[in-house]
Amino acid sequence: MSEGEDTVGMDTPPRLAVDRLLDDPETRIVVCCGAGGVGKTTTAAALGVRAAGRGRKAVVLTIDPARRLAQSMGIDSLDNTPRKVETVGAGGGELHAMMLDMKRTFDEIVEAHADGERARAILANPFYQSLSAGFAGTQEYMAMEKLGQLRARDDWDLIIVDTPPSRSALDFLDAPKRLGSFLDGKFIRVLMAPAKVGGRAGMKFLNVGMSMMTGTLSKLMGASLLKDVQTFVAAMDTMFGGFRTRADATFRLLQAPGTAFLVVAAPEPDALREAAYFVERLAAENMPLAGLVLNRVHGSGADQLSAERALAAAENLEEGGIVDQESGKAGLRDSGAEPTGTAEPAGSTQTDRTARTAQTTRTANSPETGSPGPEGDTEAGSTESGVATDTAVVDRITAGLLRLHAERMQVIAREQRTRDRFTSLHPEVAVAEVAALPGDVHDLAGLRAIGERLAAGVPAGA
Amino acid sequence: MVSGKGGTGKTTVAAALALALAREGGRTLLVEVEGRQGLAQLFGAEALPYEERKIAVAPGGGGEVFALAIDAERALLDYLQMFYKLGSAGRALKKLGAIDFATTIAPGLRDVLLTGKACEAVRRKDRAGRYVYDHVIMDAPPTGRITRFLNVNDEVAGLARFGPIHNQAQAVMKVLKSPETAVHLVTLLEEMPVQETADGIEELRGAGLPVGRVIVNMVRPHHLDEDTLRTAAGDHRAEVAKALSRAGLGGARRGGLAERLVDPLLAQAAEHASRVELERAQRGVLTGLDLPTYELPLLGAGMDLAGLYALARELRKQSVAE
Ligand SMILES: Nc1ncnc2c1ncn2[C@@H]1O[C@H](COP(=O)(O)OP(=O)(O)OP(=O)(O)O)[C@@H](O)[C@H]1O
Ligand SMILES: Nc1ncnc2c1ncn2[C@@H]1O[C@H](COP(=O)(O)OP(=O)(O)O)[C@@H](O)[C@H]1O
Ligand SMILES: [Mg+2]
Ligand SMILES: [Mg+2]
Repeated sequence: MSEGEDTVGMDTPPRLAVDRLLDDPETRIVVCCGAGGVGKTTTAAALGVRAAGRGRKAVVLTIDPARRLAQSMGIDSLDNTPRKVETVGAGGGELHAMMLDMKRTFDEIVEAHADGERARAILANPFYQSLSAGFAGTQEYMAMEKLGQLRARDDWDLIIVDTPPSRSALDFLDAPKRLGSFLDGKFIRVLMAPAKVGGRAGMKFLNVGMSMMTGTLSKLMGASLLKDVQTFVAAMDTMFGGFRTRADATFRLLQAPGTAFLVVAAPEPDALREAAYFVERLAAENMPLAGLVLNRVHGSGADQLSAERALAAAENLEEGGIVDQESGKAGLRDSGAEPTGTAEPAGSTQTDRTARTAQTTRTANSPETGSPGPEGDTEAGSTESGVATDTAVVDRITAGLLRLHAERMQVIAREQRTRDRFTSLHPEVAVAEVAALPGDVHDLAGLRAIGERLAAGVPAGA
Repeated sequence: MVSGKGGTGKTTVAAALALALAREGGRTLLVEVEGRQGLAQLFGAEALPYEERKIAVAPGGGGEVFALAIDAERALLDYLQMFYKLGSAGRALKKLGAIDFATTIAPGLRDVLLTGKACEAVRRKDRAGRYVYDHVIMDAPPTGRITRFLNVNDEVAGLARFGPIHNQAQAVMKVLKSPETAVHLVTLLEEMPVQETADGIEELRGAGLPVGRVIVNMVRPHHLDEDTLRTAAGDHRAEVAKALSRAGLGGARRGGLAERLVDPLLAQAAEHASRVELERAQRGVLTGLDLPTYELPLLGAGMDLAGLYALARELRKQSVAE
């Protein structure tokens, strides 16, 4: 969706215009994908809330949402159909939400395609139960299936889909086909009707293979399992071709122009590596990428103060204030900031140092502050005053603030390096940044906050 | 067994644990079962074959760490070979998709092969009758699947009611439920992983599987003690500005650098405070689980071999090897 981007500069990636994407009536499906734990579900839910607030009739399909998030949207009961989320829509917009129940979705396919007796036999088959509850890829397949169903209902003008918490974002694209071709596979057909497969030459091999196969399998697993499998396969007979066809149909839906993929990633090496793979894969599949949501980005309102300078200043305060101001100034010169404004009277510094020495516990977890500075001992005899103690306390607090800031700046620098690597690989991908909030996102207010950040595209100096 | 929510550090912690447990003259085996080559990546080694390979020497020149990536398909073929002398017929089965079929459609079968291989390594002895490995550590599937994965007996009993697979499952279960096994759960001090840990423990206990420890990973340092946070939250803007100025960070008057830094620095402190508060709440939940814990720090510079050894030393300090 090239109309969804604004170009910011040469070396920064274009900014992803989330509102434009959500407002565009041509956008019918938004798919949020990415590695596990990066915030796919949160992003999907936040986009749904935002779209509904901007007048769209949206439905969001979440998969494995955090419990409290599900509760906040009123979708913690598993009935596998969308529920209206009250108090969200505006300007004619509505939000409906659901969470996927993969087993139930599978059951529904069976019920829809087999008559009563047969459906019951399949649902009761131990083999089916194991397949529907645990086959690697069932969840992905069922997510796709549900997406197809929601699209077919045509009750919503925007469908936002979350993707299963798989380790690789690519699983979402590959797994449904895997299940489809598996259920359509050679071996299943051999089990089903050996005579139907192969010509004269193939026939002999297959029959030999078949009897050896069933023999071995029944020896290995016990004859009962094989019988379960065969019963299952026979009962599913009419449905098998269907799985592949359905997977293919949803796959095509994902290639349609009304679909937009958002790749979600945290600014961490693993997540962005996954994101890069996924971006490449989408291009290879002709699937439309809208952009990258970079979630849980750290920022600072004080980013003019570097980590090094903050640490030097913290040390200054911890080791006795103005005596060390020389080094503080040195740091200042480096970064070309303004000169010192207020100079403290020398007297206050003296008492300040004294009080610091009296202070026994200091900033936790910073080993450098464990022993008093060398010049502290010589001043130990000085008198203490209430004011002086206050200054010492304030110095200690301020040193703590500075150390905290230094750590934040280091995180920001690390995240930036990681992002730069991605940008150099894929400079064309539009990016929206979402700040890391201090707590989890588990209510509608949190989702709105995420939505605002998504739309702004750059983190408001968190 | 090292499990935990996805991304919490199972692979990393399993590797650190293997290093920590490898004592002078001893050997540990580190196994992975998900075909992701996570161990090779972590140790910066070539992709692991289906074969035990020495991958590291423990800190301080201690014992050796071996690694093995167990592959269900290969394990099944080996197994068929062992019991049925299948030879080339095995390859034919493979070509037909039967192996794929058997190992994927019946997850219980797959799991019994994976755990079976690990149990074989646990029980293996050398000629002198001593165990080949002092410890076998598995980078196991995540919390959501661990009980099912380990509870192969139930899973397989439902499918294969007789036959060698059934017997194998019984033998594996005996090892897994014995006090020789411990399932450790890795978590972060965040709501979802902690919740998943609590649920996982309940499930494991329900299935009679031995829960080991909770390993709290990526613990962040707290630069500000509570006292400080409280004070910072009060109105001390002017004093903090002066202190910043004293520290050499510009003017404390209106518009001076020090003055302009105050608000964002205090905002960061407030954010930090709320995170500390959240972590405290999660710690409370973990305490309620009443299990011994280990804590591993967040390595600020990211993970590399040196970091891994640092985590191993940390585990030793917390007396992992007792
Ligand atoms: N104590 C730590 N300090 C810093 N980084 C860490 C720490 N522990 C793990 N990591 C990093 O966190 C990321 C996830 O770790 P790891 O791959 O071990 O998790 P996992 O639980 O095995 O993930 P998966 O569920 O995908 O298998 C890695 O990038 C790892 O380097
Ligand atoms: N920007 C953010 N700031 C703070 N917490 C976040 C943010 N995005 C996600 N989270 C939290 O991270 C956790 C994982 O998010 P989730 O959306 O469930 O990830 P995924 O669906 O990708 O596995 C949740 O607890 C969520 O509240
Ligand atoms: Mg999710
Ligand atoms: Mg792992």
